[in-house]
Amino acid sequence: MNLSPDKQREMLRQMLTIRHFEERASADYHAGKIYGVVHCYIGEEAVAVGVCSALETGDQIISTHRGHGHCIAKGADLNRMMAELYGRQGGYCKGKGGSMHIADFGIGMLGANGIVAGGISIVTGAGLAAQMDGNGRVAVSFFGDGASNAGPFHECLNIAATWKLPMIYVCENNMYAAQTAAAATHAMPDVAGRAAGYGIPGVVVDGNDIFGVYQAAARAVARARAGEGPTLIECKTYRWRAHTERAGQPDFRTAEEIEAWKTKDPIARLSGQLIAQGSMSEADLKALDQEALASIAASVAFAEASPFPTPEQALEDMYAA
Amino acid sequence: MRELTYAQAGVEAVAEEMRVDPRIFYMSTDPIMPLVKEFGDKRVRATPIAEAALTGISIGAAGSGYRPIMDWRQVTFSFVAMDQIVNQAAKIHYMFGGQRTFPILYRANVGGGTRLAAQHCQCPYSMFMNLSGLKMFLPSTPYDLKGLLKTAIRDNNPVISFESNRLLTTKGPVPEEDYTIPLGVADIKRKGTDVTIVAIAWLVHEALAAAEELAKSGISVEVIDPRTLVPLDVETIRASVRKTGRLVVADEAGPTAGFSAEVAAVATEDPETFARMKSPVRRVCALNVPIPYSPPLEDHVFPDRKRIMAGIRDVLEGARSVRGG
Repeated sequence: MNLSPDKQREMLRQMLTIRHFEERASADYHAGKIYGVVHCYIGEEAVAVGVCSALETGDQIISTHRGHGHCIAKGADLNRMMAELYGRQGGYCKGKGGSMHIADFGIGMLGANGIVAGGISIVTGAGLAAQMDGNGRVAVSFFGDGASNAGPFHECLNIAATWKLPMIYVCENNMYAAQTAAAATHAMPDVAGRAAGYGIPGVVVDGNDIFGVYQAAARAVARARAGEGPTLIECKTYRWRAHTERAGQPDFRTAEEIEAWKTKDPIARLSGQLIAQGSMSEADLKALDQEALASIAASVAFAEASPFPTPEQALEDMYAA
Repeated sequence: MRELTYAQAGVEAVAEEMRVDPRIFYMSTDPIMPLVKEFGDKRVRATPIAEAALTGISIGAAGSGYRPIMDWRQVTFSFVAMDQIVNQAAKIHYMFGGQRTFPILYRANVGGGTRLAAQHCQCPYSMFMNLSGLKMFLPSTPYDLKGLLKTAIRDNNPVISFESNRLLTTKGPVPEEDYTIPLGVADIKRKGTDVTIVAIAWLVHEALAAAEELAKSGISVEVIDPRTLVPLDVETIRASVRKTGRLVVADEAGPTAGFSAEVAAVATEDPETFARMKSPVRRVCALNVPIPYSPPLEDHVFPDRKRIMAGIRDVLEGARSVRGG
């Protein structure tokens, strides 16, 4: 694996940024500064960062309702992200989208999506465009175990496999579709096994091992760029927090299960590896953590300084010129 | 002027635009062979029967710089793609703050008269009109279809072209030279002074036939074809009703929350128009049932020129009762 120490530190910095962004988003949601709903990605950071570390700027991704991690891993601007959560003019969508609808088409982030499996076909269209352009770019669909049971997942895998589209389908299997256990809704334990039905590679990786995720993604990207078609990667992982931050929602998971997964923290795992291999010191880690925290504090300051939209702006952006 | 069928006019519009813009490509489960022959199977793609995926693929390709045309064929088949239409295509420009344009043309055949029964004889355009973020039209002539399709292909938003099953083989004049018809502009198909009839698709022709017949009795009927459903040319409708004082709306769809309800509302909620009305609005629509198969049943459910004439007579008499529909 050819990852320079700098790149490995950058991966850790991104994971720390995601974690701190979400801790702040959760706190500010409960403080009433963020509206509607927030879905936290905490515990799954190695998937977004591991996959996006294998991509180039011109590659495109699409996200889910749990989208902050994918945005940050693809290089989104934290200020505009936080301003969007705060419902401000300075947000990515000028306050029209909120947490579930952040997009940055300029960096190839085609949007978080409030519909489970809603993004899979859209990003497959980006993969078709990349193939027609012949520019060697790839497209990545992030989705959960719940989406793997929905029709568009199967339709798109068949189309991408048939047309050999430069696609990487990344299933973030956090073992629960909202509150329902995957074990109760999947006929087979591995989503990746379904790849066989479409004649494409299906790979299961430990989603809390960022290097394992990165390697699987890098192989899939190379295959896609070579015109050999899509790959399905299943990352086994776990979300630490409830499905959403909304109060009063049931969470049937046991405390023992949640605590057991917290011992597999992908951030502690990576930082431990970097310290053990001498790539960084405890002091370096602390500095990196402080850097991430400072960037989140700055994003909150930016959001708070950004004005709310005026009511009349509700009528803007209906149609493109 | 040369004549083309409605279906031929549609193919010609697509072919002409594809010749000048290489970013246009076409997807259909049953591709149009002349287009495949001219543009090849990469730009005119035969797809799996997977409308949900393909409707979404159109959105992603559009956001990546292409101008896809997704042919649902019968509108029936769009229903499996409703998430992609309702939650994604209609909202993606607005929801993301106008970051990207999504130039997509969706095509769908609608309407009855084909003896294809409940699932394949539908006029559900008002379901789509109810969404914010889509434009759509339903032309009544080959000329209008071609001109509107060319405009829609050049538009930077998702547009739905509803095309009438009953009219596919009907012929009409279509000039050889390039032309377009703007969205949101109605066409007055016949001038008149006593009654305004607003009709779409096949019922434009039935309304014209009714007008011709009534002219023999000295009744002057103005026939307005909005052509575009969204945005609707409200001003042309109101101006006509202010002139005639009477409004009949004819639609192959049922009346409930439909196109006809929208036309009635936009006419009557305008105080100036309402003040000049001499009679209540009369809607001539399909009966509120799924479309049955057997010819006597289907023909009874859909409105025709006779029911339009009855509707016109009703408003001329200022009738307060509502018949049919």
